[in-house]
Amino acid sequence: MHMNRALLLSTLALLALVAGLISLAIGPAGLPLSRMIAAATGSGDRIATTILFELRLPRMLLALIVGAMLGGAGAALQGYLRNPLAEPSVIGASTSASLGAVIALYFGFAQLHAAILPLFAILGALASLVALFAFSGRSESPLTLILAGIAISTLATSGVSLALNMSPNPFAAMEITNWLLGALEDRSFQHVWIALPCVIVGLALLLWNCRALDALTLGEDGARALGVSLKRTRLRLLVGVAIGVGGAVAVSGSIGFIGLIVPHLVRPLTDRSPSAVLLPAALGGAALLAMADILVRIIPTTNELKLGVVTAFLGVPVFLFHLARERRLW
Amino acid sequence: MVTLSISDLRVALGKRAVLHGIDAELKGGQLIGIIGPNGAGKSTLARAILHLVEPTGGSIALDGTDVTTMSRDAIARRIAYLPQGQTLHWPLTVERLVGLGRLPHLAPFSRLTPADTQAIERAMECADVTMLAHRNALELSGGERARVLLARALAVEADVLIADEPLAALDPGHQLQVMELLAAQAHAGALVIAVLHDLTMAARYCDRLLLIDQGQLAADGDADSVLTGALLERVYGVRAWTGSVNGHRLIVPMDLTV
Repeated sequence: MHMNRALLLSTLALLALVAGLISLAIGPAGLPLSRMIAAATGSGDRIATTILFELRLPRMLLALIVGAMLGGAGAALQGYLRNPLAEPSVIGASTSASLGAVIALYFGFAQLHAAILPLFAILGALASLVALFAFSGRSESPLTLILAGIAISTLATSGVSLALNMSPNPFAAMEITNWLLGALEDRSFQHVWIALPCVIVGLALLLWNCRALDALTLGEDGARALGVSLKRTRLRLLVGVAIGVGGAVAVSGSIGFIGLIVPHLVRPLTDRSPSAVLLPAALGGAALLAMADILVRIIPTTNELKLGVVTAFLGVPVFLFHLARERRLW
Repeated sequence: MVTLSISDLRVALGKRAVLHGIDAELKGGQLIGIIGPNGAGKSTLARAILHLVEPTGGSIALDGTDVTTMSRDAIARRIAYLPQGQTLHWPLTVERLVGLGRLPHLAPFSRLTPADTQAIERAMECADVTMLAHRNALELSGGERARVLLARALAVEADVLIADEPLAALDPGHQLQVMELLAAQAHAGALVIAVLHDLTMAARYCDRLLLIDQGQLAADGDADSVLTGALLERVYGVRAWTGSVNGHRLIVPMDLTV
């Protein structure tokens, strides 16, 4: 099954690109393809041009960058924690980002400016990082980190539940629930400019760890004896996940399963070393989220389906099928 | 040739003192066996040499440089380490796994050079795992995996090789094969330090034995001076039968003294 790396990367990039292009052609306005193509080439009418560049393009870009971050973070965490169950919520990053966003919604700060909610989400992710360092201390064991992360994650989830519990009226609760389901509708370039730098910094920090993640295959002592500083590796990894996933969740709401599933889907196509999985998982995550965001728009329902719901429905069957084939390895 | 000077080395794990002042001067070209009962501090000594644990006193110098002042990378290039227990978390191919031994030599963000590939091939050949190159390392037998992990350590091509219980999980044939290999590395000029439990193997292959008991050096010298009935009785609490076949010393533990 092991594919040539260049072929794998270009196939996944092509998949993400095609999904992105298809998603530009789809939307609730139902404009014909010819008008979108005219708008894209600069000779279209005003309405089509506005829809393409101010609604569909940012939405497509967000699907790609959020998907890439979630996939990459999942792969890096699975490698670092040497645990196939790891994904961004095990260290509390995504749930704490959600809590930050919910705080902004609950207290009404989110209405002041469109950038407030994403900023609160990023602050939430960074707060979870501080808590994680405080609780896990100097321990280098992945289990301590997972246990501390799950405790923080649970606390953040309870915070979200508390906000729902205490919401003054059903509309406030509805607003929070809607956000929690995860979506990319009605996003603008402002959101792209918030998420993109976070994701670039986040993915760069994770890719910096490639070698250390490979060395950790031999356990902590094995990795250190190969010249890896575990302290710096952990710092880069956790800061990368917090900033990147914080920035992603900030604009998309919570979108589960991409971080867990995508690394498993691409791993058999690589040599299975943690470093080889990282970039394909980022590209695969981008492609999968862009495809899910297409499905959200073409499945006819009375309410538009939420992205977080569809990624789970799309990803879990694929994942279970894959698990059945791969189980002898675990 | 490389020299490793250990002087008055003290190490504590948490609050428990594990090593209480070890002194030894080790030179390249020799296979050194570290022997002693479980919990005596053998693995801690090995880990201290790699600066994987912080000494609470004394010093370890590699060619005159204190290892605690060396960077992780610098230590990794000079000292290869085969940890105890065959830890392996992902199903890598054997070739990829052995290639991890080249990590200390790679420049940041670069790939394996032809020289690295040759070192990997040499290491696989040495440990007799070339025919396993494309197999999944997690699907190998315990003995095969032990040799693959040894090849991984050999691929570093360091001056010093520390192997913690390299014979665990090996059948008698592969035990002999691994000891021959460690001895060959030593005779090619490396300083090879092996933590061993099999006293017959230690006596037969090691140029020098360090017997550790309760964090102290109970004896240091060749097999004849270290593996005496009185010392074995005191340190291991066993009466052993010793004999010799074809000039090779045999030590067979017979019964407990307590």
